[in-house]
Amino acid sequence: MGNRYDADVSRRGVLLGAVASVALTTGAHGGQALSTGGDGAAATSSGPVPVMTPVTSPVKGKVSFTVNGKAETLEVDTRTTLLDALREHLRLTGTKKGCDHGQCGACTVIVDGRRINSCLTLAVMHEGGSVTTVEGLGTPARLHPMQAAFVKHDGYQCGYCTPGQICSAVAVLEEIKAGIPSHVTGDLTAAPQMSATEMRERMSGNLCRCGAYSNILDAMAEVAGLQTAGGPA
Amino acid sequence: MPDKTPIDIPAASRRIDGAVHDSRRHESAHKHVSGEALYVDDIAEPAGLLHVQLGLASRAHARIRSMDLEAVRRAPGVVAVVTAADIPGDNDIGAGLRHDEPLFAEDVVQYHGHPLFAVAAETRDQARRAAQLAKVDYEDLPAVLDIAAARVTGTLVTAPMTLRLGDAEAALKAAPRTLSGRIKIGGQEHFYLESQIAMAIPGEDEDVLVHVSTQHPSEVQHIVAHVLDIPDGAVTVEVRRMGGGFGGKETQANLFAACVALVAKKTGRAAKLRPDRDDDIRITGKRHDFEVDYQVGFDDQGRILAADMLFAARCGFAADLSGPVTDRALFHADNCYFYGNARMASLPLKTNTVSNTAFRGFGGPQGMVAAERVVEEVAFATGLDPLDVRKVNFYGTTDRNVTPYHQTVEDNIIGPLVDELEEWSDYRARRQAIRAFNAANPYLKKGLALTPVKFGISFTFTPYNQGGALIHIYTDGSIHLNHGGTEMGQGLNTKVAQVVADEFQVDIGRIRITATTTGKVPNTSATAASSGSDINGKAAQNAARTLKARLVEFAAGHWNVPEDAVAFTAEGVRVGEQVLTFKEVVKAAYMGRISLSATGYYKTPKIHWDRAKGQGRPFLYYAYGAAVAEVTVDTLTGEYVVDQVDILHDCGDSLNPALDKGQVEGGFIQGMGWLTTEELWWDAQGRLRTHAPSTYKIPACGDRPRRFNVRLVQNSPNVEDTIHRSKAVGEPPLMLGISVLHALSDAVASVADHRICPRLDAPATPERVLTTIERLRAQAATGEGMA
Ligand code: FES
Ligand code: FES
Repeated sequence: MGNRYDADVSRRGVLLGAVASVALTTGAHGGQALSTGGDGAAATSSGPVPVMTPVTSPVKGKVSFTVNGKAETLEVDTRTTLLDALREHLRLTGTKKGCDHGQCGACTVIVDGRRINSCLTLAVMHEGGSVTTVEGLGTPARLHPMQAAFVKHDGYQCGYCTPGQICSAVAVLEEIKAGIPSHVTGDLTAAPQMSATEMRERMSGNLCRCGAYSNILDAMAEVAGLQTAGGPA
Repeated sequence: MPDKTPIDIPAASRRIDGAVHDSRRHESAHKHVSGEALYVDDIAEPAGLLHVQLGLASRAHARIRSMDLEAVRRAPGVVAVVTAADIPGDNDIGAGLRHDEPLFAEDVVQYHGHPLFAVAAETRDQARRAAQLAKVDYEDLPAVLDIAAARVTGTLVTAPMTLRLGDAEAALKAAPRTLSGRIKIGGQEHFYLESQIAMAIPGEDEDVLVHVSTQHPSEVQHIVAHVLDIPDGAVTVEVRRMGGGFGGKETQANLFAACVALVAKKTGRAAKLRPDRDDDIRITGKRHDFEVDYQVGFDDQGRILAADMLFAARCGFAADLSGPVTDRALFHADNCYFYGNARMASLPLKTNTVSNTAFRGFGGPQGMVAAERVVEEVAFATGLDPLDVRKVNFYGTTDRNVTPYHQTVEDNIIGPLVDELEEWSDYRARRQAIRAFNAANPYLKKGLALTPVKFGISFTFTPYNQGGALIHIYTDGSIHLNHGGTEMGQGLNTKVAQVVADEFQVDIGRIRITATTTGKVPNTSATAASSGSDINGKAAQNAARTLKARLVEFAAGHWNVPEDAVAFTAEGVRVGEQVLTFKEVVKAAYMGRISLSATGYYKTPKIHWDRAKGQGRPFLYYAYGAAVAEVTVDTLTGEYVVDQVDILHDCGDSLNPALDKGQVEGGFIQGMGWLTTEELWWDAQGRLRTHAPSTYKIPACGDRPRRFNVRLVQNSPNVEDTIHRSKAVGEPPLMLGISVLHALSDAVASVADHRICPRLDAPATPERVLTTIERLRAQAATGEGMA
């Protein structure tokens, strides 16, 4: 814990940063920038009126990628996030929307071997990419080892964070194996350890309001034990 | 499903799959991990579905001079705009129908984010863009934003309550020692990972079907009917599962459901409303924040002789559930302690903020935090170990066992429970070790605390203590189960299915769990107050027993054996000398024209409550638990880590130990978050500035205690006749998190040699820890507040 207090000023800084980065990638009205969270709300005659010219003809773009091993080509509004493309265009609703702002991890999917928050990336940015969602990892009849471990250890309660947790967990173990360091990796020149400390840290971007963290870590530890020589520290 | 049971298997040779007391996995486990579990937003959208967005007020308290929605109506894709003027029935979504909670604000805006109108468009994006185009002219009114301001205006949202035991005033005067103080306790955002959501599908005539993420389908049904001015019977509300509720979907779903139903009836098209996370947090109620003033009389042994406490709560602009929430705070202001003489009063204050609501524990946690502060104060005043002060004040088993609301505690196990935890956690030795660590380390300070929990089980609104269930058996032997409770991750459906499997002695796989719907079981209570498995489990058991009785009577007649020669066993149905499969018996019963469908009903016995007198028996029983927390605080920054937590919790004879353990761990984490990092912060304009996980910090994986040991109390069946002698588990463990607040306080106190009570308020964010450390150092330098 710690570093939890976001002063007003720094929070604004973060927001501005987020808007700027969207502007960089899309050029104009990013989906994120429209959020009514923050200070938007209904415009008022006396207050500042946000410049929000309705876009009458959204720009459409084509994107071809592989999703769960299947080639897909979509024609989408270029501002469509990968998350919305999966859920609304491909009807893959296993991937969840928790915040739509890259802050909760519910939308985590694996793209080209790396986990990403699919709400923070645009579908059209993944031309030629390979996307794996929770549906692509396994099905109830043929569970991926991580999915089976989550069942065995009750790594969920309401289940809403679970698809994101599982995609993240699968990718985390790969990250550690690939030697990618984290905030808690002590020696940056040595390979990171497959340890509980590393897993806890790396899984901290996937919130679980039900607090199933113990069981999630147990599930990961089991899979890590199967895949690596050393068990969790 | 193996259905060909051979005859003459010796009895008890097998045990059914999913029996009660087994650690059966969650019924949706395989769907949760594969992404196949459907939440409302995952249901295939009907053709022509409209997306709805709410237009929100940008003032905390103001008169609406005019509202110009022309630009909203003309925006691309917009199909309909609805305001209060479009409501055919009552513009009220309040839980108690007090007419204090409009669906859309009409003349006066009562909080920043108050919904003013809704816009329905072809796409979500169009609806969001259109909602920005409203022009609203406000005339600002004075806004009462916090408890301090509300104390001045003194407006209450609901009638307060007072509990009296003995004569607190006289006992305070007579007490050898007294002290007084105030604790501030922050609120909490639910942050269910699945935000609020509702989808309405219009039907024939007045009918409407609403899929909604709610803990209380019957109330949503009633509110929708009320808003649309149609009979309850025309509204069907369905919920298969929620992505978390925590009390935040007990009444707060009303708004979203009523809104989409209104749009659906107005346009004749299906409509869905899923607020953005930021809007969800701004629009929906939270845990009440409290300021508690206490005065306590005690002796040098730390024995409390009298307590006088006033619980002021920020309720927001409307009553919602603030009455019962503040009542429950008083019911838990004793926690496990016998006060002898007590006066407990509530002050449910009206403010121009979102209307606060149910949140796991329902006011109880705030009461308990106040009780633990009182004990802590006495410990510092007497110089005793807080654990010893706690123990000396525990309720007795045969005497010293009457609560401030005059219920006698009949099932007290807190003494032995705490003794066991104290030993298991090695409390005394660790306490010594920590003192030694602190003496050796100038900047890092450790703290340790053991806090107990006693939580009353039953709705204090007595009529809610009833449940219903419906069971059909089909001729292939499959069983369709439905009950009035809702699934939000707590495993209620699994537990109820275990109960039914146990009655029929069939494998749980034979039982089909189905979505909660008002069309099958009517007039249900909210799945709240931890009561889900207590009341719905019993109702389902009663339905199963009705069917069993019919089958037994039939089988006895059909196969010509006495009724007591018919028994449901794991091997099959014994009828005299033969063992038949369940399916064979069911099939024969159908051919014999026996009804294979039954309802079950249950109402909690023994309870009664006279609020005006403040006396009665509001609770059937209590659930107990205790936790030991150890923390390390960096006294230069206020940052801390939770090193270890040991928990011993009472679930009676647990229906499902694995699920219950999950509830205990999760509840603890949520309670810890509430009291540590979760801080709600409103600015001077009444805007909530912590409206996303970027600024509102719930515990993450890395915040889980480094060592986390959780055990359930063994061999401790509920003394009351609850479902298989189990105990409710939803809420009580949340209060185990109080141990972290007290461990932090213990660490903080070390900077002044444990001679000043730190009076660490909640949430104990690193900032608050740091400022408390600085205050204590300053006080120690001047000798102020020293015991
Ligand atoms: S939905 Fe993408 S991080 Fe929350
Ligand atoms: S299981 Fe509910 S949020 Fe993680």
